[in-house]
Amino acid sequence: MADRVNTDSLLSGTEEPVVQFESVGMRYGLGPEVLSDVSFQIAPRSFQFLTGPSGAGKTTLLRLILLSVRPTRGLVSVFGEEVSGISSEALTGLRRRMGVVFQDFRLLDHLTTYENVALPLRVQGRAETSYRAEVVELLRWVGLGERMHVLPPLLSGGEKQRAAIARALIARPELLLADEPTGNVDPGLGRRLLRLFIELNRLGTSVLIATHDFALMDLVDARRLVLGEGRLRVDA
Amino acid sequence: MAETASPRVSPPSVPPQRVPAPLPSTLRRNAPLVPTDSQASRALAAVIAILTFLAALCAGAAEIVASSADQWQGAVAQEVTIQVRPSPGRDIDADVGRAESLAKAVPGIAKTRVFTKAEAERLLEPWLGSGLDLSDLPVPRLVTLTLAEAATPDLKQLRTNLAEALPGVASLDDHALWLRRLSTMANTFVGVGIGIVALVLIATGLAVVFATRGAMAGNREVVEVLHFVGANDDFIARAFQRRFFGLGLRGGIIGSGAALVAFALAGLVARNWRSGPAGEEIEALFGAFHIGWRGYASVLLIGVIASVVTGIVSRLTVRRFLA
Repeated sequence: MADRVNTDSLLSGTEEPVVQFESVGMRYGLGPEVLSDVSFQIAPRSFQFLTGPSGAGKTTLLRLILLSVRPTRGLVSVFGEEVSGISSEALTGLRRRMGVVFQDFRLLDHLTTYENVALPLRVQGRAETSYRAEVVELLRWVGLGERMHVLPPLLSGGEKQRAAIARALIARPELLLADEPTGNVDPGLGRRLLRLFIELNRLGTSVLIATHDFALMDLVDARRLVLGEGRLRVDA
Repeated sequence: MAETASPRVSPPSVPPQRVPAPLPSTLRRNAPLVPTDSQASRALAAVIAILTFLAALCAGAAEIVASSADQWQGAVAQEVTIQVRPSPGRDIDADVGRAESLAKAVPGIAKTRVFTKAEAERLLEPWLGSGLDLSDLPVPRLVTLTLAEAATPDLKQLRTNLAEALPGVASLDDHALWLRRLSTMANTFVGVGIGIVALVLIATGLAVVFATRGAMAGNREVVEVLHFVGANDDFIARAFQRRFFGLGLRGGIIGSGAALVAFALAGLVARNWRSGPAGEEIEALFGAFHIGWRGYASVLLIGVIASVVTGIVSRLTVRRFLA
């Protein structure tokens, strides 16, 4: 496959980075530092992997970008906005520009596949009729057209994964974060999902995929952010 | 790409089409975001129903007491009594006639009625038994005066006149002391009723606080996902409020409905008892066991307030929990 994707880390013109970390350190409570002195940028429309052994801090780094935790020290900027002391309204605004695929999918078990995928549009207060066609189209596109009234507990691992990805994509985010998005599926499906992310990146979304699947990363010629012992190294 | 779907073959009758087919009519599209049908919600609805029922009973009872007291006061305040005591060396019939004519002279007195000696003695029968010769007893005689409606006769003046004309013999009783006691008792009852209703509503609010916190903890995952997909705190609070308002409404309707049924049944039972002597006394004391439109309205109002309290308290709890 070896797709060529936009891996430019240099910023063109005056465009600000989608995500910028400056000397970020992070610890939980009084524990040891999970991340120390991490600095990097994610450029608009770029595609990169985040990798490293288990427990290296990949999920923590994603949570920092998602603004679900705040750094112990250093600066985190998302869409050009420095996030310390950000208001909850602004936080909501930033989150609406991101899509996220969790390692454990985090689909709501009491909602149908359709309702789960439509959730990001629903929480924006849009009427159901205004997004119905969009959601159905995306569900058909990821191959869940026949499964839209099924509750998540009845979906297979691969179907859940695709539903989670569809939910992350439905609001056309500017930044897509995916935590081990191919961790629960067979290699064939993993490759198909990767192609989905690449396609999305071509349409202008910045993509960050956290994975430790080297076979997957070898399929794409993309920048790799490697975490090890709390520090970050960038392999172009 | 994304030709990953199950490659199902369409039935031959449906031609392949590029326009997306309409959604199946059975597709659920807007299920509540906070899961509803859990045991905890049923328990909360039951608690709200029971509390609403108790509050409604209290309100209805207070209403019965208040309206009965009103009736009594109306009936009693329409009447004043002159008591004429026999006194040695005086002609009691002349005294009674004098008192009556004094009373008649006062404007605003609609009617006077003199109790004859026989009637006055009959009034004592319940205490002394019948068949006694009471002619030797100095039984006081009564003149009842019925006040004209919407008139305020000068009873003070009448009292002074009586004291001047028949000193130490005639006295005027306008039941003021008794009325004051009655109205104090009725007001106490109503106050206690309102206090209990307020306590029950506070208890409902507290139960909802605990239930909401429990629901928030139990749905932490849901709240987190809603946050990540871009829901703000207000949206989440509204989702919880909607769910709890629904529960409160269910509990409130069941509770106040049960209270209405209880009052209707009590009214029926009271009507059946009325034939007996005990029934007459109960009715004399409590009136006709009717809570009236004001009573029904307050019972329904309590149901509505309970559900509104439930909704508002859950929203505030969620906002505080998220902050």
